[in-house]
Amino acid sequence: MSEKIIHLENITRVYQIGETQVQALRGITYSVDYSEFLAIMGPSGSGKSTLMSILGLLDKPTSGRYFLEGMDVSQLSKDQMAAIRNRKIGFVFQNFNLLSRTTALENVELPMLYASVGSKESREKAMKALEIVGLKGWEHHRTNQLSGGQMQRVAIARALVNEPSIILADEPTGNLDSRTGAEIMDIFCRLNQERKITLVMVTHDPVIASYAKRRLYLKDGLIVREETNHSAEQRASASGG
Amino acid sequence: MKIFRILQVSIRALTRNKMRSFLTILGIIIGVAAVIAMVSVGEGAKQGIQQRFASMGTNLLFVYPGSRNFRGVATGAGGYTNLKPEDAKAIEENCDAVQATSPSISTRAQVVYANKNWNTQIQGTGEKFPFIRDWPVSEGTYFDEAQVAAAAKVCVLGSEVKQNLFEDEDPIGKTIRISKIPFKVIGVLESKGEQGGFFNRDDMIAVPYTTVMKRLRNVDYITSIDVSAVSADKTEEAQRQIEELMRDRHHIMPGSDDDFQVRNIADVAQSAAESTQIMTILLGSIASISLIVGGIGIMNIMLVSVTERIREIGVRLAVGARERDILLQFLIEAVVLSVGGGLIGIIVGIGTSRLMKYVSVFQGITTVVTPGSILLAFIFSASVGIFFGYYPARKASRLDPIEALRYE
Repeated sequence: MSEKIIHLENITRVYQIGETQVQALRGITYSVDYSEFLAIMGPSGSGKSTLMSILGLLDKPTSGRYFLEGMDVSQLSKDQMAAIRNRKIGFVFQNFNLLSRTTALENVELPMLYASVGSKESREKAMKALEIVGLKGWEHHRTNQLSGGQMQRVAIARALVNEPSIILADEPTGNLDSRTGAEIMDIFCRLNQERKITLVMVTHDPVIASYAKRRLYLKDGLIVREETNHSAEQRASASGG
Repeated sequence: MKIFRILQVSIRALTRNKMRSFLTILGIIIGVAAVIAMVSVGEGAKQGIQQRFASMGTNLLFVYPGSRNFRGVATGAGGYTNLKPEDAKAIEENCDAVQATSPSISTRAQVVYANKNWNTQIQGTGEKFPFIRDWPVSEGTYFDEAQVAAAAKVCVLGSEVKQNLFEDEDPIGKTIRISKIPFKVIGVLESKGEQGGFFNRDDMIAVPYTTVMKRLRNVDYITSIDVSAVSADKTEEAQRQIEELMRDRHHIMPGSDDDFQVRNIADVAQSAAESTQIMTILLGSIASISLIVGGIGIMNIMLVSVTERIREIGVRLAVGARERDILLQFLIEAVVLSVGGGLIGIIVGIGTSRLMKYVSVFQGITTVVTPGSILLAFIFSASVGIFFGYYPARKASRLDPIEALRYE
């Protein structure tokens, strides 16, 4: 268990909507290795978003246990969850979720605002993260002056800046055209291979999912299939070597 | 997360909506400015009164008719008609700590000279008034004992009245009409200068008290007696002697209440200051209502702002902001608004109170801005920010991150 970055034990999540109970997750047991690139797939309503929220410590499971880097994080307080999100998890969303009317740099600095990082260090780290995603020179542009692909790169830099263990991406290319989407996926692959960052991505696009080394299929709150993508591994080793 | 950096974030958020932020703090600016300006009027009146009494001299005492319970019915102070000119004479003759007295009764009347007329205070006094009040004539003479005894139709003008009726003309020997009765002007009092508050002491005409009693009001009593003690440190002794004498003259049994009151200048100044203090509090509290209204404006805008920025709050929570970080951010925004408004309001308030004397309605009012009123307005505005900012900030901090991120 200790070599797994994520270990889920019989995770369930039940939503109470009025008088009816909705079972979003019915018992997920799964482990993710360090430096893995996992894609979670499934039709809408399959529970993949709920699973992402739980993995991202934005939500708590109704029952079951969630170990993150060997530590049980399934029943933490709100503040403890916030601290772990801050240090260990980076989020990338479909709609980017950048702060409007602020610069790229300010957006990337945001997580460090809540991590007691000094302003000089925070600036340096943010500049470096923007350089990694290929936005050197765009630091002081406001987010509304950026293209969709550039905005998603800012979001990736923001997810990256606190050197998290995992980046969780929810349909990261959903709002982008296929060429820009491919560019974003290349960045993800590079981060995964060069920086050994564990990536967990939700998508329903098989093309995007093919970048991942493993694919997990969810239906009605249960894992129905798991695939290992040999071509992705080959591609990884080819570009890595 | 350091307060300083939250402050930066808050200020940046506020400057993104400059017009809205300005309109929001306008309420606080007006509130704080109103409190400072209003309190400065009250404070000016208070200090004016204090100065006025201070310049009258410290050995001055006043005898007023007092309130007395008569078969359970209390008349208010001053409602009595039992103070007679003879009391003044008796005090001067029998109390050795007293050097002079002057009976006093006044009325208001329309005064006419040639084609000019003026409404002013007609102050009936004894011939020793200039000595007791330390207020000499600058031209002509004051009336003498014989003129008082004869209820002569002579008058001495206050400098303000002289200015209004005669301008540069020499008034001595001229005849003016007070309530249609002709009076000969025999002198002009020295100017005491405008000493603030709502009163101008130079706006009066002195005539013999007997003349006011017999010719202007047709009464047989006086309303007060000015008494001058032989020296400042004899005022208490004089007060005691007067009380003893008056109880005897008015046949008041031991154990019964006095039907008069003797007060020294310090007491009178004190009670006048107290009454202006009440006015100050009243003005200040009316003005502070506008501060509360301003606070509601802040709350309103903060609630709108929280709703507008739900997604932003979601992002902040996702990247690791704790509840208290969000709470603090929005609370600080509200406090920055209210304190910023408070600071501008202080400047506007000081400016307003300075300019007030140039506005004709407030002519002659002195305004005094005290550090106390500035501090009070500032603390009040900051508390308004905290009080009205807390609810929206709490609302923001309690948001669920997942729902906030999905909010459209």
